[in-house]
Amino acid sequence: MRSQDPALGIRGTDTPPDAPLVLVAKVKGAMVLGAVDADARALGLVPGLTLADARARIPDLIVAEMDAGADRHWLQRLARHCAGWTPLVTTVPPDGITLDIAGADHLFGGEAGLLTEAEETFAGLGMAVRLACAATAEAAQALARHAPLPIAPLSSADEREAIRALPVAVLGLEDEAEIALRRAGLKTIGDVAVRPAAAIAARFGMAAVTALRRLTGEEQAPIAPLVEPEPLHFERRFAEPVGHQAAVAGCFLDLLRMAAEALEARGLGGRRFVLTLFRSDGARHRLAIETGLPTRDPAPVMRLFDERIAALADPLDPGFGYDRITLFLPVTEPLAAAQPQLDGATQDSEALAELIDRLSTRLGPENLCRLAPRDSHIPEQAQLALPAIDARAPIRWPTPPPGQPPQRPLFLFDPPQPVEVIAEVPDGPPHRFRWRRKLHEVRLFEGPERIAAEWWRRKGGEAPGQGGLTRDYYRIEDARGRRYWLFRHGLYEEKADPRWYIHGLFA
Amino acid sequence: MRIMPTPCESPAPVLLRRASGIATLDAALGGGLAYGRLHEIYADDPAEAGAATGFALALATAMGDGARAALWLRARQAVRQGGICRADGWADLGGAPGGGLIGVVPDAIALLRAAADALRCGALGAVIVESWGKMRELDLTASRRLALAAEKSGVPLFVLRIAAEPVPSAAQTRWQVAAAPSAPLPARAPGWPTFDITLLRQRAGPCGLDWRVEWNRDRHIFQEAPLSGAVVPPVADRPLAQPGPGAGHPRDRHAA
Repeated sequence: MRSQDPALGIRGTDTPPDAPLVLVAKVKGAMVLGAVDADARALGLVPGLTLADARARIPDLIVAEMDAGADRHWLQRLARHCAGWTPLVTTVPPDGITLDIAGADHLFGGEAGLLTEAEETFAGLGMAVRLACAATAEAAQALARHAPLPIAPLSSADEREAIRALPVAVLGLEDEAEIALRRAGLKTIGDVAVRPAAAIAARFGMAAVTALRRLTGEEQAPIAPLVEPEPLHFERRFAEPVGHQAAVAGCFLDLLRMAAEALEARGLGGRRFVLTLFRSDGARHRLAIETGLPTRDPAPVMRLFDERIAALADPLDPGFGYDRITLFLPVTEPLAAAQPQLDGATQDSEALAELIDRLSTRLGPENLCRLAPRDSHIPEQAQLALPAIDARAPIRWPTPPPGQPPQRPLFLFDPPQPVEVIAEVPDGPPHRFRWRRKLHEVRLFEGPERIAAEWWRRKGGEAPGQGGLTRDYYRIEDARGRRYWLFRHGLYEEKADPRWYIHGLFA
Repeated sequence: MRIMPTPCESPAPVLLRRASGIATLDAALGGGLAYGRLHEIYADDPAEAGAATGFALALATAMGDGARAALWLRARQAVRQGGICRADGWADLGGAPGGGLIGVVPDAIALLRAAADALRCGALGAVIVESWGKMRELDLTASRRLALAAEKSGVPLFVLRIAAEPVPSAAQTRWQVAAAPSAPLPARAPGWPTFDITLLRQRAGPCGLDWRVEWNRDRHIFQEAPLSGAVVPPVADRPLAQPGPGAGHPRDRHAA
């Protein structure tokens, strides 16, 4: 068994070539260097140093945040790329990849050829790589990390030599055990290997002995290769084109059942289902539905597809028939097997989710919404309508303080409707107003509630007079008892003749 | 002689009712508003849309509990003419807008279908259907179907019809709502939402009664509107002031 191992180094493209680059991460509240590049290492910086110390030594340092998630993702992508050489690839986080090239190296010119090709590929990707080949995966990783760099594969005698020269740190023991080994005078693997295994096991545990045996090649453990999950794609082809509605529906139900089995095997539920009907003359009809919660049950999915078909502008025309029908599930989510609760609460939430799915499919997702608060004083911008299929949980709205009548109207006009108002100048409330050609006497009023425009959103808004007009809102009740929300757009200082508008109606 | 015992009649299912908080109103309704039934709310004048919707939302809040969502279905015409509904205004009336769903439907048939589906769901606290203008599709048959669906699931349905005349329907109660002057707060500020409600029709119960009610959003109940502090309106055929010795001129009449 032969293995390889590259090491990763990440560098941005827009840094000047001579400034050293370091990546920092927050450890226990202090910024600590997580990774350094070659220039920084040459200047004496090592990972584990605090950022303050590093900056003190080298003032012009380029600092970037370490992104562990992005690193992991990149490592996975590289591993998938390596699958071009052999299907048995696994990652050794944080920066290692192991390939099992036992039966595959002859395709690339032997081990030497494969190593050269790997080095060229990674150099093309701009990655610095340390490669090594050995009989076991652990030995190869250890050689790649610690041995001085030979690229050519070693003969077995040289390999044994190299392994014996490795430091004891590669055994992966805890710090105290490692210090104990070094204090006992055992500094390399060769030293440890000549000691009797029973003594090592008694002092440091079986794990040390297993690691040692794997390094020297006496024991081999297979690697767990990365497996790409197959895409969820199901299809049916017909020898004769099928145009009959019942037959198409039956075929679709079969496809849904196959999908349900596959989903159950993986513990997933589908959220988006795409049905494609291939007509015999080449035309394709594509129908897609989306559910709010992941589901495996064919029945609600069939109902949603019925809604989708009913909502089509042109009815589906089979022409001479369909000769292929496929079902694809692009979006899935984990779904555990549900345990029915005795109180029926889960049934309620499922029934509500199904209702939301059905109405959203029929009316369009933007026509069934939940209202969410937005952080803005401007009344027409204070709420967001989120499609209910995305906003699954109820949203928290602040409760108004007790004892206070409604301060905000139930309906808001968009845009506000102009009214003619008789009011005292400059700051008085309206006495009378005319709206939709009817005159209303003001009996009760509360106000003004002054809402200024959001000057920080305007270009040049910080200059006085450029921020936008302030509104003075009044809660008005007329003689008949109807309650309105009026505002004057602009103060008398800001605008010569401010207009009045009605913005909303109260209950 | 019978060998098989006669199966005993299962007792008639108890109709859940929600008391409104006003004794005379509850007495007229036979205990309160019934769950699982259709209730219609009419406002003949478009200017009363705010009051009628407020009343419907108040009823839905009183009858729903906080855990279940309310679904408010609006015809597209309602959005255009009535305005956009505001969640903070809804919260100010005591509702829970965060769990509520607002649906905008293109026409009357879609409105009825959506309402029927929603009633069959059974996981909602209340369903409010809002329509403006005369809608021919909302006739007796349609309302009977909706009433059956509501009965089966126990979800109350409120049909809010603005700028429409009452038509025959399978409603349990039919109300006409108008805005009423509220009791002013100190400094002449408008007070709690107050409505003039008339019970136009009730199935198997008294009708033709009216009340002036005030909605208390903190306790989720209605209250009789207190008499406003205005003066007793003058009666036409009696002078306000009693003639006395050295009779003065009659006092000015106060505007009602």
